[in-house]
Amino acid sequence: MSENKADFIVDVTGETCPIPLVEMRKAVMKAATGQVIEVIGTHGASRKEIPMAVKSLGLTLLADRDGEDHIWHLLIKK
Amino acid sequence: MKKTTIVLHSGESDKLMSALIIGNGALAMGGEATIYFTFWGLNRLKKGRMSKGPLSRMHFLGLGALGMRLRMKQRNVASAERLMDDFKALGGKIIACEMTMEIMGISKKNLRSDLVDEWGAVGMYVSESEDAGLTLFI
Repeated sequence: MSENKADFIVDVTGETCPIPLVEMRKAVMKAATGQVIEVIGTHGASRKEIPMAVKSLGLTLLADRDGEDHIWHLLIKK
Repeated sequence: MKKTTIVLHSGESDKLMSALIIGNGALAMGGEATIYFTFWGLNRLKKGRMSKGPLSRMHFLGLGALGMRLRMKQRNVASAERLMDDFKALGGKIIACEMTMEIMGISKKNLRSDLVDEWGAVGMYVSESEDAGLTLFI
């Protein structure tokens, strides 16, 4: 487990483009600076595009790790 | 990330989906996005028509569209209705072209005015696009 505890969990398992990206953005809008958002998904393209959005939004990607059954976890700090 | 402006000239479902997906992507990446609905695109702003429309190819008298909706559902692809809700929630802007509304005989009361931010004409699209980094005609 990561040492960074998530303030917001965005579970988009089973969802396809662009929903994971959109839901990540909504969570970022709700979060305060310094808070951590964990996005949990299964869509491969979203795993690649969310870090691109993180970069263009000026946020920090804390972790990108594999879970079970093709599930991935992205940890984002606002 | 700058602004994205999209002219949605077509009324087919696949093209509406493209416009909404790109618009949502642009907003999610931290930019601004505007979709300018004109000509056949306006039909999809009519009440009850967001998720109902033909395909630009392989329509086959409605069977193609039915098949596509089924496959989209199986793959869990979001509906146009949901994508429009997301687009608005992320701050996307909708402009309806008043000039083509006149040509097509569409009045404001026929359209989802709750979604429309501005009623405009070409000048509004051009001025919206002045600081856009990406502009598309669909």
